[in-house]
Amino acid sequence: MSLFLIVALPFLGALLPGLMNSAGRQAVGGVTFTVTLAAFIGLMTNLPAILAGEVVQTGFDWFPQLGLNVTLMLDGLGFFFATLILGIGLLIIVYGRHYLAREDNMGEFFTYLLLFQGAMVGIVLSDNILLLLIFWELTSLSSFLLIGYWKHLEAGRQGARMALTVTGMGGLAMIGGMLLLGNIVGSYDLSVILQNREAIQADPMYVPALLLILTGCFTKSAQFPFHFWLPHAMAAPTPVSAYLHSATMVKAGIFLMARMWPVLSGTPEWFYIVTTAGLITMVLGAVIALFKHDLKALLAFSTVSHLGLITMLLGTGTAFGAMVAVFHILNHATFKAALFMSAGIVDHETKTRDIRILGGLRHLMPITFVIATLGALSMAGIPLLNGFLSKEMMLKEMEKTYLFGPEWLVPALVTFGSLMSAAYCFRLIGHTFLGKKRDPESYPAKPHDPGPGLWLPPAILIVLVVGIGVAPFLVEPFVKLVTAAVLGGVAEVPDYHIAIWHGVNVPLYLSITAIVGGLIVLALFKPLSALWEATPRPEAKTIFDDIVAAVVMWARWAIHPLHNGAFTRYAMIATVVIVAAGYHAWTTGTVADATRAVQPVGWVEVAGWAMLVAATVGLAAMHHNRLLALILIGIVGLMVSIGFVFLSAPDLAMTQITVEVVTIILLLLALNFLPNTTPEESPWYMRARDMVIAGVGGLATMALAYHYLLRDAVSSPISEFHLANSYKGGGGTNVVNVILVDFRGFDTFGEIIVLGIAALLIYALTETLLSGPVRARLLNRVPDKPLSGTQHPMMMVVLTRVMMPVVLMVGFYIFLRGHNEPGGGFIAGLVVSIGVVMQYMASGFAWAEDRQRFPYHGVIGAGVLIAGLTGIGSWFFGKPFLTSDFTYVRIPPFQEFELATAALFDVGVFLAVVGAVMLSLESFSRLARRAHVKDNEQPMDVDPSMHEDFLEAETTKEGV
Amino acid sequence: MEVLVASAIGIMTAAGLYLVMRLRTFPVILGISLLTYAVNVFLFASGRLTIGAPPILTEAEVYSDPLPQALVLTAIVISFGMTAVVVMIALGSYLGSNDDRVNDPESVAEEDVT
Repeated sequence: MSLFLIVALPFLGALLPGLMNSAGRQAVGGVTFTVTLAAFIGLMTNLPAILAGEVVQTGFDWFPQLGLNVTLMLDGLGFFFATLILGIGLLIIVYGRHYLAREDNMGEFFTYLLLFQGAMVGIVLSDNILLLLIFWELTSLSSFLLIGYWKHLEAGRQGARMALTVTGMGGLAMIGGMLLLGNIVGSYDLSVILQNREAIQADPMYVPALLLILTGCFTKSAQFPFHFWLPHAMAAPTPVSAYLHSATMVKAGIFLMARMWPVLSGTPEWFYIVTTAGLITMVLGAVIALFKHDLKALLAFSTVSHLGLITMLLGTGTAFGAMVAVFHILNHATFKAALFMSAGIVDHETKTRDIRILGGLRHLMPITFVIATLGALSMAGIPLLNGFLSKEMMLKEMEKTYLFGPEWLVPALVTFGSLMSAAYCFRLIGHTFLGKKRDPESYPAKPHDPGPGLWLPPAILIVLVVGIGVAPFLVEPFVKLVTAAVLGGVAEVPDYHIAIWHGVNVPLYLSITAIVGGLIVLALFKPLSALWEATPRPEAKTIFDDIVAAVVMWARWAIHPLHNGAFTRYAMIATVVIVAAGYHAWTTGTVADATRAVQPVGWVEVAGWAMLVAATVGLAAMHHNRLLALILIGIVGLMVSIGFVFLSAPDLAMTQITVEVVTIILLLLALNFLPNTTPEESPWYMRARDMVIAGVGGLATMALAYHYLLRDAVSSPISEFHLANSYKGGGGTNVVNVILVDFRGFDTFGEIIVLGIAALLIYALTETLLSGPVRARLLNRVPDKPLSGTQHPMMMVVLTRVMMPVVLMVGFYIFLRGHNEPGGGFIAGLVVSIGVVMQYMASGFAWAEDRQRFPYHGVIGAGVLIAGLTGIGSWFFGKPFLTSDFTYVRIPPFQEFELATAALFDVGVFLAVVGAVMLSLESFSRLARRAHVKDNEQPMDVDPSMHEDFLEAETTKEGV
Repeated sequence: MEVLVASAIGIMTAAGLYLVMRLRTFPVILGISLLTYAVNVFLFASGRLTIGAPPILTEAEVYSDPLPQALVLTAIVISFGMTAVVVMIALGSYLGSNDDRVNDPESVAEEDVT
């Protein structure tokens, strides 16, 4: 099966469990299992190639400019990890299906799990390191979701946050390191990078790249000093702990160290950093694990310890070290996942994980006892189980490693670590399962063995544990194959046979010391534990929380003065900063001489300017009277449109004046509900300060505008192209309209969509308001202004009816001529909206609504759809989106006229504008309808045609 | 003419900024509208001022710059949408809390200090 499919299957399959939630738990679990099984079988089809020593590769270019390509590679190492991920994944899915309680959302759980699985497979199959980084971050995110799956548990939320913080920051460091690495080699493809050992290690950026990449690996694989997040992640459901935190995700860092082993290892920096971190983690983790009373916490710290062991082995930089690391990854994944699952079973059946309460479970849960005991003994390094083999090999490797201090230090520390490891394994067995038989009632819940759904998955793993332990020669070729992939040709695969008996040698003595010592420590557990409790030690979580709190406080201190929630302050700060930056540019840049002649000014222009200025200043001064302010802003808008006419922009003028009308109507509708006056809120000195800031801002804008108005553009404007091609290429003489519907049609398409969204947003806000407490308030509202006696005056009704067809005709005319003369869809849409709004104003909302055929949402949608389809239409002619075409036709008796696809696009613009304007205004009036405006059946208050005298006259006429 | 246009832009900007810095929603909305005018005219003026030469192709040699006009045209329509949304939000908050202050009442005291 194609490698793409193997990576894609979990991601695609992730959709299914969430969607199938209502189909039942069995179906959800089944579909998840099937998806994983398909990916697993797909992986296995590549087994022959892998065994033949081939590297399966596939890929395509994604962003070749960035060096980011979707290239996948499957070699021995990738195959090994993918098998672990998918194989253990299958067992975990079965286990999880039976572990989760009825009230847990199983679809959500399996969706997250599959997302995680896909990301993990992606990491181990990536050939491109940038692609690998994407998957790397995805594992951090999906594990966040999985750890925090029980959202109601505070520990779960905090653990998830801590895991995301630590691994996410490590991920950032990793990005930096990978980019450095790619820069050194000049390629982001792993297959290329792995060939450049000498170039990388000789580069001055080698050490920074190494440090950054190792930070990423250490955070992910919980190495000292980043080990603290893993135990807190145990708040997750046990299937997650077994999957992510023993077998897969925490091994991602290890995987990357193994992947990069050929190019990064072998230097003193690598050796000292990696080996030391691994050694400290191994010993520290083992010591802490011994004194944990929570089963899962014990296993978590033991995982930390074992990850340290593997890291340490990779750090040695020898081929044998790498081989032992590979072998131990396999062994640890089998026994640790089995142990986590048995801990989950104990928790599930007894409702507690506290070792101090447990004990004597051997009699009540024999199956679980066997599974857990074999797993723990393997972890302790007892012969005939797989843990023993890799532990012996580890001791053999470390016995001759010299790090610092006296020569015996490393072997002694490693043996001490193994001793503590054996001790906590014995404690796990002894204090949980052994001991005298107890009354089942003495546990929080009555314990018994679970169904096969829970015990079968760990049992399968235990079969592997025993199988490898008894017959190691079965896996030896595979281990060597993977080792060869890790070594990448840098070193020879060591000629060593994995066997139970290597004769009496130093590792055997060390092993015996560890096991015997472990038993002694367990015997002395009570006094040792008391001593441990009495020893003061730093608590990682407290330190982490303090750091987070300090960072938050600092951020608040820095941000709050700028960002206090009041718009006023942002406006002020923005103005000051922009003016200061502009002033800096002005004083440091060179100022060219004026090149344009000043245009002459007549009295009319000065008069218009004076009106604009008077209205603007008056608005600022008298804004407390809100109605007056509205009138003044209307004057400003009017003068601006007149200015546009005068300055050769007829289209702008028409748009401005129509928008002005609808804006004022809108503000009037809003003012209906708002207070009539604005109270004086700020004291004089604040107003003075605002005036100064506003004045400086205004002066700066004026200076800038005046400056460029007197100078020509530095380079010739692109409009020359538009002017030259408007008729030739776009078939219209109104260049502004041709730009809108043709040259920059895509912009316009986006703009009508934005306009439509704004209108829908207003509609949605109205709906929300009317369904909340505001509705009651509106219903009880007493209008603060007396209502007019004639809300729907006859004169107005008659006039608007008469004007309606005229308005529509004008709109139609403006639309049609838009391509060649001022006009077009925008303006026509606004004109027609005004015509319709007039009907609402004259006869009221209810009357107008009764006569409305199409909902305005639909009009917006139709507009956007027509514009979009016009654009798509050009695809059928092999042209890019929104390519326009036009032709001239003549239908007698009319003159020759033009047909352009751009006109169809303009119909879309027209409809979208009408719909958006009407939907916004309609939403506002809906509020009024809820408040105090009575619905009316009749179009007008006083209808003369319904008057008695008139009716009488009519009857008389008929009588005659 | 250039002086008139530039000063009009400046005055509208100043008044708009002053109103935006008021503490009630309605003047802030008016201020935003004024700023919209100012910005639109400013952008339009970036095509430089031409009198009596609209960008309608004829026999003429000189036309005003059509591109800023096209951009400002859509800006005017979009600004209507934006104003409507802001007004709706202001109205919703007033109807919901019976208070049309822009700033958080709790931070008023602090606002006085600054």
